[in-house]
Amino acid sequence: MRAEPSYTLYHPRWYRRRVSVWWWLQNRRYAWFVLRELTSVFVALFAGAYLWQLRALAQGPEAYAQFLARLGTPLFVALHAVTFLFVLLHSVTWFNLAPRAVVVRVRGTRVPDWVVVGVNYAAWLVLSAIVAVIVLRGRA
Amino acid sequence: MEATVALSVARYRPEQEAEPIFQTYEVPFRKDWVILDALNYIKDQLDGSLSFRWSCRMGVCGSCGMKVNRIPKLTCATFLGDFLPGPICVEPLDYFPVIRDLVVDLTDFMRKLNRVKPWIIRTAEKPLSEGEYLQTPAQLDTYTQFSMCINCMLCYSACPIYGLEPTFVGPAAIALAQRYNMDSRDQGAAERLKLLSGKDGIWECTFVGECTKVCPKNVDPAGAIQQYKLAGVADWFKSLLLPRGAR
Repeated sequence: MRAEPSYTLYHPRWYRRRVSVWWWLQNRRYAWFVLRELTSVFVALFAGAYLWQLRALAQGPEAYAQFLARLGTPLFVALHAVTFLFVLLHSVTWFNLAPRAVVVRVRGTRVPDWVVVGVNYAAWLVLSAIVAVIVLRGRA
Repeated sequence: MEATVALSVARYRPEQEAEPIFQTYEVPFRKDWVILDALNYIKDQLDGSLSFRWSCRMGVCGSCGMKVNRIPKLTCATFLGDFLPGPICVEPLDYFPVIRDLVVDLTDFMRKLNRVKPWIIRTAEKPLSEGEYLQTPAQLDTYTQFSMCINCMLCYSACPIYGLEPTFVGPAAIALAQRYNMDSRDQGAAERLKLLSGKDGIWECTFVGECTKVCPKNVDPAGAIQQYKLAGVADWFKSLLLPRGAR
């Protein structure tokens, strides 16, 4: 901003504030939003790791063993732990936002927000349980 | 001695200052006073040169929106007592050009509001002899929440997207467009679609959700935008998958 603004005659001498690059640090709620958006990068990482696993699986047992050994290194364990936390944050924040986007009406009245959130969590639990059963049965 | 509270008020007098400064005023603290009462006290008793907008003092006109301790608020509905011991920082709404002190220029919002056509559009009017357009309570219920908007623009001030992308149509205008889109008497959804799903429309929104949090009327503009996105995507899928007759 210049110290001496130049004026147009008969025009309001507006003051416009430029938005700082650090706008998201000015308020805890904005920071939380940016964190929520950033979690999508970790979701992508998770998906990437999964694709990598499929590729190893397709290349045969040797490649897959090598893949598993690599996953066991401290670097990958740490990376996965961080990724897991962010994916968890992503899922929780996403489920909590669901009632804003999804409006369900039963006999003319709107279903309360907590029901919409609850159904999401229930579906999550059920799907996780199914996956767990399949995986654990495969082990046994 | 009477208790007082300090108000740190943003001043911008374009003939004096190149950018806003803060001026501090001590006002009497009364627990039934809102920020607007304190501003009026300043204007009447301390400094007549302070400029701000207000009208109804009861949360209906939407004129007195300002930032109080950095959060957009209707100053007529924000009590001094909630900010003790102070000082209380009062600033004009963000992202709008400041004309003077706490007064911002509304032109941009007014233009956008007009562009979403917030009125009932009929492709063909019914003749008077057929009577009024009837609506069931359930039909009314689908849009009532969005019709509560008082155009106070707190949601714009809370929306970082509007700050970063000034061409974004914005929360209130989109919520009001939805108010008419969801009205069973309205047939103008197709006319509004081009603007709302265009590059300055709903897809600019990244769902920060602050607009809904600051809304004094529980309009839930963030909800309106997400619901429009969902409906838009569903329509697109339908147009892709279904034959023309079944849409």
